[in-house]
Amino acid sequence: MDFELTTDQQMLADGLGRLLAERYDFEHRKAELFGAPGWSREMWSRYAEMGLLGLPFAEADGGLGGGPVETMIVAEAFGRALVLEPYIPTVLLAGGLLRLAGTPAQRLELVPRIAEGRELLAFAHVERQARYDLADIATTAQRQDGRGDWTLDGAKSFVLHADTADKLIVSARVAGQRRDRSGLALFLVDSNAPGISRRAYVMQDGMRAADVTLCGVRVSDEALLGRAGHALPIIERVVDYTIAALCAEAVGAMTRAHELTVEYLKVRKQFGVPIGSFQALQHRAVDMLVMIEQARSLSMYATMMAEDADANARAQAVSAAKAYIGRAGKLVGEQAIQLHGGIGVTEECAIGHYYRRLTMIDILFGDSAHHLSVVAASAD
Amino acid sequence: MDLRFTDNELAFREEVQQFFRTAVPPDIRRKCVLGQRLSKPELQRWTRILFEKGWATPAWAPQWGGTGWTAVQQYIFKEELHMAPAPEPLSFNVNMIGPVLIAFGTEEQKRQFLPSIASLDYWFCQGFSEPGAGSDLASLRTSACLEGDHYVVNGQKLWTSTAHHADWCFLLVRTDPSAKKQQGITYLLMDMRSPGITVRPIVTIDGHHETNEMFLENVRIPVANRIGEENRGWDYAKYLLGHERSGIARVGISKMRVRRAKELARNIDAGGRPLSEDRGFRERVALLEIELKALEITQMRLISAAAAPAGKPDPKSSILKMKGSQLQQAAAQLLLETAGYEAMEFDREFLRGAAETPSPHDWALTLAPNHYWARHVSIVGGSNEIQRNILAKTVLGL
Repeated sequence: MDFELTTDQQMLADGLGRLLAERYDFEHRKAELFGAPGWSREMWSRYAEMGLLGLPFAEADGGLGGGPVETMIVAEAFGRALVLEPYIPTVLLAGGLLRLAGTPAQRLELVPRIAEGRELLAFAHVERQARYDLADIATTAQRQDGRGDWTLDGAKSFVLHADTADKLIVSARVAGQRRDRSGLALFLVDSNAPGISRRAYVMQDGMRAADVTLCGVRVSDEALLGRAGHALPIIERVVDYTIAALCAEAVGAMTRAHELTVEYLKVRKQFGVPIGSFQALQHRAVDMLVMIEQARSLSMYATMMAEDADANARAQAVSAAKAYIGRAGKLVGEQAIQLHGGIGVTEECAIGHYYRRLTMIDILFGDSAHHLSVVAASAD
Repeated sequence: MDLRFTDNELAFREEVQQFFRTAVPPDIRRKCVLGQRLSKPELQRWTRILFEKGWATPAWAPQWGGTGWTAVQQYIFKEELHMAPAPEPLSFNVNMIGPVLIAFGTEEQKRQFLPSIASLDYWFCQGFSEPGAGSDLASLRTSACLEGDHYVVNGQKLWTSTAHHADWCFLLVRTDPSAKKQQGITYLLMDMRSPGITVRPIVTIDGHHETNEMFLENVRIPVANRIGEENRGWDYAKYLLGHERSGIARVGISKMRVRRAKELARNIDAGGRPLSEDRGFRERVALLEIELKALEITQMRLISAAAAPAGKPDPKSSILKMKGSQLQQAAAQLLLETAGYEAMEFDREFLRGAAETPSPHDWALTLAPNHYWARHVSIVGGSNEIQRNILAKTVLGL
């Protein structure tokens, strides 16, 4: 067992921490949040310069060969600063699918462009009827006589950052019934392709998303990412990897919200004394600390297991972490608001923004109750 | 960062498991499985086995009988001991007076006491708490007056667990009533055969007699049995705070309880199918196992972080104490819920270790008492509220 970061990992953490401390304070963020496109293209270039956008890709493809630990470091730093940029959809979701299922030609074409910040991607997968079931896909991909172009039809929802994405990776069913585990395929589609329409919106935490409708969208066989009909295990791997990153992001957000709360307890005075001198509030702050430390441990656990060869063990570990962290994030956020008092429920106070993000993180890819039931169902 | 155990650590775990499989006497193992209390001779017998293996006091300095294991190995050993399940060696000896003697005792005291403490030839109890000194331990009033080469001690101690078994007691007494309360305290070793000691049993919520109150009337303790300097006893007592990190959370005990609950649930009918298939039950188990996994890693993180400054206690070990006690209680509660009605029958003699019971369900008889008794783990050794005070002050700066 070893909890130390390597020198390179420590440099990554320090460098990113510095950049975000300098450039991502609450006021800067707020300006981006309420503007268009809702995040900073300048920061995106900075991330590219730092190597963050190519981080998880193989060096041979134009990436940096980073693993889950590097991703954890980035995600935690992003959580602290409540970063708005489309890192999850471009680098982790679509990037992950490309990394695992892409042909060498597809990877060589796209990875350098992603790494340089010139290409934004989104993963159009979730459908309204599916709730958290990754296999529940009704969108179809069909072709005549088993060859020629594919035609995609269906409706995707909550596609993270699809509003600004240049390309979409669309999951569609080439065979079987709605919830079958087999029969799914992935297609790389230009987001402006004929037949695609997007309804863009702002999510509760300020992040951007879109619903994507596919109506007779024609793509060639070359658009296929991986083998048709066998996409689900790859989707699950990528989603597990992303959940591990979301857990780290939540830990970053919780940690910062807790720091801000403890700072506030020291400066806010009532009854002539700092409110942090009251034992009831001290104990609340300690309970938050304990919960965050437990969450951090599970975030590390999910990170360690994120690319485990045993798919079942991987999924169990990631669900365990998400089940705990989804709930912990909510509880820590709620107590952070409570300890701030009235100012905590205003939009001008950072705490509320942490709570909004933590609430959305709980929902993304399955909430705490969902993942607890996953763990409970498959435990020995 | 690599959270996996190394090959060496895995091999060590295998070695420890192998030892516990063969070394724990079957009658003692059975009592552990059934949650019964051990008698004094049974714990002595088991400690002797550990002692002869050289594993009675793994965390001690090697020249005094420690194994020199890494923190991770210490943790693995503790976990396998709890999971075996095998009895935990007497904490007063191994985790408390032993380390204090090693840190602050004279060479002569170390030679006189440490081997017998390790082998349990000397059974120590702890004379700290008093009727008016619980969480506010430093307000203790038991007095010691120097008369020639003896202290003469008068007062009352409370919660002196196993005093009725003990050969010795490590005792905090007030030697300077005029000093600030932490500064007038002295740390003494008291021979339990000394005249003037009266031990009265206190039966606890589980129906068992383990703890006592102890009255001291003109008890004479040689100055040679003082630890360190007069009036510095508080420092020596505080040294233990956060010292024993590798076992404080007792993750292994909680894991063993959860495992037992799962085993039992397979044979318990709930609405026409095994309780182990009930969704609510499975989710309660899952939640507990997730928290235990987290605590296991938290513990490892704190252990490895603490390895840097030698011997300095980390206030974050209060996290382990708090969370560990909460999960021990939750696991005891899970076992109780698993049993349902079966947990209702009370057999005091069986709890105390009787081999036989007229009850047809011996497996359930100790679940409620152990659940009741688990309440004490968040109170003993600095209540969870005291742990929160420590964390608020030292970690959060409040």
